[in-house]
Amino acid sequence: MTEGAEKKVLSFQDMILTLHAYWSARGCAILQPYDMRVGAGTFHPATTLRSLGPEPWNVAYVQPSRRPTDGRYGENPNRLQHYYQYQVILKPSPADLQDQYLGSLAAIGIDPLLHDIRFVEDDWESPTLGAWGLGWEVWCDGMEVTQFTYFQQMGGFDCKPVAGELTYGLERLAMYIQNVDNVYDLKFSDAVGDVAAVSYGDVFLENERQFSKWNFEVADTDTLFAGFKAAEDECKRAIDAGVPLAAYDQAIEASHLFNLLQARGVISVQERANYMARVRDLAKGSCKAWIDSQSERWTQNYPGWTL
Amino acid sequence: MNDFLLELRSEEIPARMQAGARAELEKLFRAQLSAAGLATGELTVWSTPRRLALIARDLPEATAAVSEELKGPRSSAPPQALEGFLRKTGLRQDQLEDRDGVWFAVIDKPGRATAEVLAEAIPAIVRGFAWPKSMRWGKESASSESLRWVRPLSGIVAIFGEELVPCEIGGIASGFATRGHRFHCPGEITIGSASDYAEKLRACHVIVDHEERQAIIRDGAAKAAADAGLSLVEDEGLVIENAGLTEWPVPLLGRFDEAFLEVPPEVIQLTARVNQKYFVVNGADGRLANGFVCTANIDAVDGGAEIVAGNRKVLAARLSDARFFWEQDQKKTLAQHGEKLANITFHEKLGTVADKVERVAKLARWLVEEGIVTSCSPAKAGAHGDGATGPRLSPGCTELADQAELAARLAKADLVTEMVGEFPELQGLMGGYYARAEGLPDAVADAIRDHYKPVGQGDDVPTAPVTVAVALADKLDTLTGFFLIDQQPSGSRDPFALRRAALAIAALQTRGEFRLPLLIVFANAIIGYAETAINWAERAKPPAQRQTAALNRWTAAREFATQVGYLDQFPPQPKVETAELRAVYDLMQAVRFDTPEAMLSRARTLVTFMFDRLKVQQREAGVRHDLIDAVFALGGEDDLVRLLARVKALQAFMATEDGTNLLAGYKRAANILKQAGKDIVIPAKAGIAGDRAPTMAAPAFAGATEMDKALLAALDTAEPAASAAVAEERFTDAMAALASLRAPIDAFFEGVMVNDPDEAVRAYRLGLLSRFTGAVHGVADFSKIEG
Repeated sequence: MTEGAEKKVLSFQDMILTLHAYWSARGCAILQPYDMRVGAGTFHPATTLRSLGPEPWNVAYVQPSRRPTDGRYGENPNRLQHYYQYQVILKPSPADLQDQYLGSLAAIGIDPLLHDIRFVEDDWESPTLGAWGLGWEVWCDGMEVTQFTYFQQMGGFDCKPVAGELTYGLERLAMYIQNVDNVYDLKFSDAVGDVAAVSYGDVFLENERQFSKWNFEVADTDTLFAGFKAAEDECKRAIDAGVPLAAYDQAIEASHLFNLLQARGVISVQERANYMARVRDLAKGSCKAWIDSQSERWTQNYPGWTL
Repeated sequence: MNDFLLELRSEEIPARMQAGARAELEKLFRAQLSAAGLATGELTVWSTPRRLALIARDLPEATAAVSEELKGPRSSAPPQALEGFLRKTGLRQDQLEDRDGVWFAVIDKPGRATAEVLAEAIPAIVRGFAWPKSMRWGKESASSESLRWVRPLSGIVAIFGEELVPCEIGGIASGFATRGHRFHCPGEITIGSASDYAEKLRACHVIVDHEERQAIIRDGAAKAAADAGLSLVEDEGLVIENAGLTEWPVPLLGRFDEAFLEVPPEVIQLTARVNQKYFVVNGADGRLANGFVCTANIDAVDGGAEIVAGNRKVLAARLSDARFFWEQDQKKTLAQHGEKLANITFHEKLGTVADKVERVAKLARWLVEEGIVTSCSPAKAGAHGDGATGPRLSPGCTELADQAELAARLAKADLVTEMVGEFPELQGLMGGYYARAEGLPDAVADAIRDHYKPVGQGDDVPTAPVTVAVALADKLDTLTGFFLIDQQPSGSRDPFALRRAALAIAALQTRGEFRLPLLIVFANAIIGYAETAINWAERAKPPAQRQTAALNRWTAAREFATQVGYLDQFPPQPKVETAELRAVYDLMQAVRFDTPEAMLSRARTLVTFMFDRLKVQQREAGVRHDLIDAVFALGGEDDLVRLLARVKALQAFMATEDGTNLLAGYKRAANILKQAGKDIVIPAKAGIAGDRAPTMAAPAFAGATEMDKALLAALDTAEPAASAAVAEERFTDAMAALASLRAPIDAFFEGVMVNDPDEAVRAYRLGLLSRFTGAVHGVADFSKIEG
C-alpha cells in the first residue's frame, strides 16, 4: 500500500465537517445548534416544530445535548453529562433514506464489507414531547451508532407527511473510527504545523468535573423549582399570546430544569410522572399553537392537506 | 398448473415479528384464494429481515366454472314472490326451470384466470395485513389514508408461472426485480419464477429460508465454540432472533477479559444476550468462560477480525457497567438497600413495598411457627408432653422461623439495587448473591433468590422450608391485597397476575405435600393488611394520641374497612358465634384486631378463587370436569391437596366396573327419591371427619327381604368405613367402601319393588335409598357425575 492510499482517520471536528459536506450535498440546510440547554437534538425547534405540517424540510445540525444524570465527574470513559448529537431531518422521508444514511457512514470511513452494519428494531418515544416513531438503532459491530426513526407523531399530532430522523452519537462514532477506548482520548483536531492536536479531554474534561458537581451537588433546588414554575407560566402566557416559538423555548427550559431536579434527587418516583406530564402539556401546547399559527398557510399552499 | 411467487420487500422487519408475519401472510393468502374458489395446497413461506416470501405450488390456470342452483317460490305462489325471486337472481322468468311445481334458477359462473385473482389478492393482502405496530412513510404519508406497513415497503415481486402478476399498492408496482444482500450485492436482480427464486437470492448472499439461517447459526455458533475448546450455551431464542437480523449469518467467536468473570454468570449471560444478542460459552469445567459468539451479517473481507474486535469492545463496556453495579451494590447491606423500599409504591391503595415486606415477614414466620410449611408447631410440641407452660418451639424451629422472617425482610431489597434497576429479570437472583456475599446463611440466601418461584408452569418449585415460607407468604399477600381492593381478575384481564399467583401457591403446596388451611391462612393475610392500615393511622396521629391505642385500632379498622370497600360488612360490635369464626377470632386476638366477620367473608372469597383456579388447571390437565365438580361441590374443604387426592381416587374408581355400576345405581336411587318427593340427604359438611348428620333412619321392618337386609347390612358397614377412610384421607379405601355397596344395591333394584303398595314398606325402602345416596355423598357428589 502506498502512503498516498492510506486512509486518514478523521478527527472529531473533521468527522462533523464531513457529515456537513455530505448532507449539504444532498440538499440539507446546515443549521447551527439551538442556543438553549436541551437533552437531545430532537428538542431543537428545527425538529420538533418543523416536523409538523406539510412543508418539505431538510436540515442537518450538531446539537450539544445535556443529560445531567449521566455525569460521572470525568471518571467514566463512556459517559458524559454533555455530548454532541448530529441530527438530520428529511421531510418527507425519502425512499432511499437508508442508502443515504449508509453513504454517510462510508463518507466518514466505515466500510460495510469490513464492519457489520445492522438495523435493529428500536421504537422511539419521547414522553415529554408527546412524540413517537418507528425505526431502528443502527449497530456497527454491535455498537449503537445512530438512532434512525420515522416520526409518526409529534406533540400528540400525526406527522403528515412523515419525517425521517437520523441521530448520530458523535462521540461514540468518533471513538469507533479513531479506535480509542476513552472518550477523553479522542482527537478533537489534528496537529497542523506547529500547532498541536487538541484532545476531547483538553476541551471537555474540566467541564465534566465541574458540571457533574454542580448537577449533582451544588445546583440550588429552590431556584430550580422556582425556575420550572416560572418557565411553565411563561410558556402558557406565550401560547395565549400567539407566539408559539417563544412558548416552545420555555417548554425546553422547563424540561431541562426538570432533568436537573432529577439529578439533584429531589423528585420522588410518584412526582416524576406528574412533572413529565406537565412538561408534555407545555410541549403539546406549543406544538398546537405552532400548528394554529401556520395552518392557514399550510392549507392554502397544500390543498387537501388536513391536520 | 403453475407455481406462484410473491415477495414483499421492505426495510428491516423487527426480528420478533417475523414468525407472526409468516403466519399472517399464509392465512391471508389462503383466505383470498379460497374466497375466489381456488384451493391452495402446501405453501412455503419464508422471511428475512428485508422480505417476506410466499410460494404456492401447482395452482390451476383458472378457477373452476361453477354452477349455482337457487330454489325459488312454488309456481303456484302469488306473482309477487316470483318477481322478488327474479330480482334477486337477475334472471327472466323464461330462464327459470319449473321442477315439480317449484321454480329453480341455475346460475353459471365462468372460471376466472388465476392471474387475475392473484392480482386482486395481493393488494388486499397487503392492505389487510395485521402487524403488531405499523407506520406511514414518504410523500404519500401527507394523507392519513396512506399505506401502512411495518417499515417502508420497497418492492413487490409477483410471478405466476413465468408471467408477471401486475398490481400496484401505494405507488409500488409489482415486477421481476428484487435486491440481494444490502452490502454484498447491492444492485437489482431479476427473478424468473418461483423455481429460481431461492437460488438466485443465494447467489446474491441472501439465504431466504429462515430455517436454513437458523441452522447455520445454531451449528456455526456451536462449531465456533467447539473449535476453541469451549461449548456453546444453547439458546434457541437467540438463534431465531439472530436469524431474523441477518440475511447471510456468520457466527464469530470472540473473547472478553477474564477479570469480568467475577461478576455472576447470569449477569454476564444476560448482558450478552439482552443488550448484544450474543451467545455465551462454557469452559471444559462446565462453568461460564470468557467467550461469546456474535452473528455477523457479512462475509467480512478480513475474515471478521475487525467485527470481533468491535463487538469485544462493546461487550467490555457493557460488562464494565455490570461490574460497576455489582461492586457498587455490595457497598451496602441488603438491609440498608431495603430502607429505600419505603419510597417504592407496591400499589397506591396498598401502600409501599416496605409495608408489604413487613406483612410478608410476619406471614412467613407464622407459616413456619404454625407448622404449616414445617413440622414445627406449638401444638405438636405440646403433644410430646414436655409440660412447659405455653407453646414453645424447638430451637431448630425457632431458627427456621427467624430465617424465614429475615429472608422475607430482605427478599425485596434487591429491587432498589443498581443491577436489578438495569436488569429487572434478575430480581431475586441478585438478592441471593448479595445475601451470600454478606455472609447470610444459605437457607436465607436461597429463599431470597427463589421466593418468586414458581413463575408459571414448568418452573422449578422450591421445597426448602424457609424458601417455601417466603414464597407462599409473598404470593398470599399479593393475592389478598388485590382482592381487598377489588382488583380480582375478570375475563382476560389479570393485570396483577393473580391467577398465576394462585396456581403458584397450589404448586408449592402440592410439591411440598403439606396442609394449607386456606381459610385461616387468608384470614391471617388479611389481618396483615389491617395492621398496615393501623400503622398508617397511627403514623398519621400525634404521639399523645397513640396512647389510646385500643380505640385507635377500632377507628383504624373502620377506616381500613372503608378504604377496602367492605364497610357494610363491618359489624358495629365484634361478634363471635361459630367455631369457624372463633378460630379466626383467636387469630385476630393474637394481633389484637377485632373484626372477624368481614375478614372471614373476604377470606372465603379468596378460597373460592383458589378452588376455581385449581378446577381450571385440573380440567386443562385432562381430569374429567364432572369428577372435579363432584368433589368440589361437597364444600366444607379448604385444603387443595386433600381435594386433589380425592378427585384422583374418584377418577380411578370411576374407571372401574364397580364405579360405573355404582353410579348407575346411584342415579336410579336418586330418581326414585326425586319422584317420591324426598330430598337426597346430603350429610352436612360431607368429607369433614366425624361431623356428619345422621341420614334418614331406616327403622327395622318385619317384612324385610334378604335384599333389604343385605343392603342395610352393607350400608351399616360401608358408611362408617367410608367416613373413617375419608377422615383419615385414605380416599382409595373410601372408594373401596363404596364399591362394596355395588352388589347389594344392584340386587336390591333387581329383587324388590321400592314403591310397594304398603306405605310402611315404601317408606322403609325410600329410607334405605336415602341412606345409600347419603353414604355415596359422603365421598363425592355423584349427581354431578356424567354417564
